[in-house]
Amino acid sequence: MFSYYVRLALLSLRKNILLTGLMIAAIGLGIGAAMTTITVNYMMSSDPIPQKSERLFHVQLDNWSPNQPYNEPNEPPDQVTWLDATNLLQEGRAFRQAAMGGTSFVIEPSQAEQKPFIASGRATSADFFPMFDVPFIYGRGWTANDDNSQNLVVVLSKATNDQLFGGENSVGETIVMGGRAFQVVGVIDDWQPRPKFYDVSTGPFNEVEEVFVPWSLKEPLELPLNGNNNCWKPVGEETFSAFLRSECVNSQFWVEFEDPQDADNYLAFLNNYVTEQKKLGRFERPLNNRLMDVMDWMEYREVVAEDAIMMMYMAIMFLVVCLLNTVALLLAKFLGRSGEIALRRAVGASRRDLFLQYTVESAMIGIAGGLLGLVLAWFGLQGIGGLYGDMTEGLNELDLTMVGFAIVLAIVSTILAGLYPTWRACSVAPAGQLKSQ
Amino acid sequence: MSELGPIFRALLRNKVGAFLLALQIALTMTIMVNAIHMIENRSSMMARPSGLDEANQFYLSSNGYAENFNERAVVEEDLRNIRALPGIVDVTQINAIPLSGGGWSMGLQTETGEDKPSVGVAVYFVDDHGIDAFGVNLIAGENFSPTEITYRQRNEQGWPQNIIVTEAMAKELFPDLTPAQVIGKTTYIGGDEPMTITGVIDQLQAPWVGWSGVERVMLVPQRTEFRSSRYFIRTEPGQRDRMMKEVEEMLVAEDRGRLIRNVRTMEETRDDSYRSYSALQTILWIIVIILTIITALGIVGMVTFSVNRRRKQIGTRRALGASRFDIMKHFMLENFLVTSVGLLLGVGSSIALNIWLVDAFSLPRIGWYYIPVAMVILWLVGQAAVFGPARKASQISPALATRTA
Repeated sequence: MFSYYVRLALLSLRKNILLTGLMIAAIGLGIGAAMTTITVNYMMSSDPIPQKSERLFHVQLDNWSPNQPYNEPNEPPDQVTWLDATNLLQEGRAFRQAAMGGTSFVIEPSQAEQKPFIASGRATSADFFPMFDVPFIYGRGWTANDDNSQNLVVVLSKATNDQLFGGENSVGETIVMGGRAFQVVGVIDDWQPRPKFYDVSTGPFNEVEEVFVPWSLKEPLELPLNGNNNCWKPVGEETFSAFLRSECVNSQFWVEFEDPQDADNYLAFLNNYVTEQKKLGRFERPLNNRLMDVMDWMEYREVVAEDAIMMMYMAIMFLVVCLLNTVALLLAKFLGRSGEIALRRAVGASRRDLFLQYTVESAMIGIAGGLLGLVLAWFGLQGIGGLYGDMTEGLNELDLTMVGFAIVLAIVSTILAGLYPTWRACSVAPAGQLKSQ
Repeated sequence: MSELGPIFRALLRNKVGAFLLALQIALTMTIMVNAIHMIENRSSMMARPSGLDEANQFYLSSNGYAENFNERAVVEEDLRNIRALPGIVDVTQINAIPLSGGGWSMGLQTETGEDKPSVGVAVYFVDDHGIDAFGVNLIAGENFSPTEITYRQRNEQGWPQNIIVTEAMAKELFPDLTPAQVIGKTTYIGGDEPMTITGVIDQLQAPWVGWSGVERVMLVPQRTEFRSSRYFIRTEPGQRDRMMKEVEEMLVAEDRGRLIRNVRTMEETRDDSYRSYSALQTILWIIVIILTIITALGIVGMVTFSVNRRRKQIGTRRALGASRFDIMKHFMLENFLVTSVGLLLGVGSSIALNIWLVDAFSLPRIGWYYIPVAMVILWLVGQAAVFGPARKASQISPALATRTA
């Protein structure tokens, strides 16, 4: 019976090929536009580290000016000071913790034909690598001992290792960075969390750094800052050490718990820490410390761009217009066949049969529209990639979830669109129609 | 207008169909009005002048890495050499590039004290050639003199005595004074360190194009010794591309223990900074155009159906004396009625969506003229779409009335 309906539907669709084409095109364009923008939003808001995002927490401490909050109404700064990051690291109260901040290095390759180049870097502590499940091709991250002894060790990104060592295992080799020889202890495999959740201060979708060095080197080597720095109070003395110990926020601090419940204890510890610091004349604002897990932090920092959200709403409204268009056309089409419907009813087809038949017909338009929509969404995403350039790298890819979603969206919305016209068609009274002929 | 009655009654026979079409037109109008409003909003932001002579400017960055890198000597020699090249108008060392997205900001205030309100301002460290290299106009006061240029160390906290500000910054600090009256006024940086305004320039943009204070800039007469700096270069008209090559070749020719990178024009920088703006515009234009086409085609489809269903009635009307024009007029008027209902709904929903956008995305309100313009456009689109099927209807032969099926 089902194949018979499919045949009937094909026949009816072919009979009015222009109209069928228009309906498929409208659904396809609507689905294509909606899918393009939904995909960008979906990628922007995706969980960058799903296996443990609920156990990783970002720390905020409110060390801002007593006269005004960092952000209205009473938001603490997005970053912490070097001093607090270093103190919390030393306390080591969480299962794992990492202090970090962006920096940069001039790397002088040993081969004479290679020119020196600038590499983006991150100063961080040993736990960074196990905390964020950073994959290694060679070696591994440094140890807490390297942190404590301020050893000149470095972890390279895959691209940097390719550039410097032709992709060979470089563990144990030395490279000259900022005029000093660093020993390579590990090489990271391709790794690009999107969003780059551990530091979104200069852009949530930036590239992962090219070299990683121990946090403890920041002070002795006077590593330059590559990132945002915000101060509310003059630094005082004109030395690097005074700058690090100032109230300027420029570092990030993350903790990992074995159980998300431990967050309460850790927050109590943070409040305790701040209360102690108040005795030293710091932290003049009321207690206002925050712990947020990865997804809460991403939402707080609004990593999904406003433009992307606006575009998505526009595209969804566009899809609604396309569907209204389809409802109106299907209605006109089905009502135009009142005679035929009446005839079939008169010769014995039940309402249910007719209902099924017309639903099959609208579903077929939905499937065709959905497939067209997928193709258009693919082109749309390429177009977005072209329009935005590097900014959207990795954000304009259709994954299986999205493909499935697109097809389901297309079929469901078309069947819904076909529901009212189908119902109207089925309620045609056979006698009246036959008589008027 | 006596036809309106029968047309209206005919419409009522397919209430839902007509209502759906009206709804579609209302939504189309809503999207059109708000999308074009967003496009216009971005256009006006992109059209703000930077104050620069963008077509003839480029910059590069110089990073010292060698242990023996003598920044002061290298920078002074570089600036001298670049300036000596024929085709160069002027050059200055600078810490940040206008429109580029990365820079330094401070707060200035007119009364001392940490609790007093301060005005955010972008900081450019330039020398006495800054104004000339930017191509901006001094509208009051004086340029820096070569003797007042000092050197700034990386961790230095203090500020020099004199600054030059943009007119927008002067207005923000001293709303009641003219640029000439602002000269000699004292402002405070970091709460209590005084600085004197010695010059006002007409216009110069900050590095952040999305910042509400993008017109607020101050020039500080210092060269930086941060080991990493930029040279901002202005060339004679049409000489830019040639000079970019020449300057880079000259600077890398000798190994001075530094890297020359990022040789870029101001035009590229502008395109990069506004890329997301123009991308959004393109996408919205595509949506609006396709939407209009779909709505128009939908109208064509609907009218074709209703003509086909009423072939016999049309034939009968023709047989009873209605002219072809009368038949056409019927369908045109019918569409006009439905479109009008849709557009009335659309006025409400356009304004509602705009209010929500103002609220959620702090977009400005739409100008009143968007509404009538969108209405006229959609009326015309509707009439154009209906024209083809209506003409076909008018060609139905009166003889049809006499046939049975």
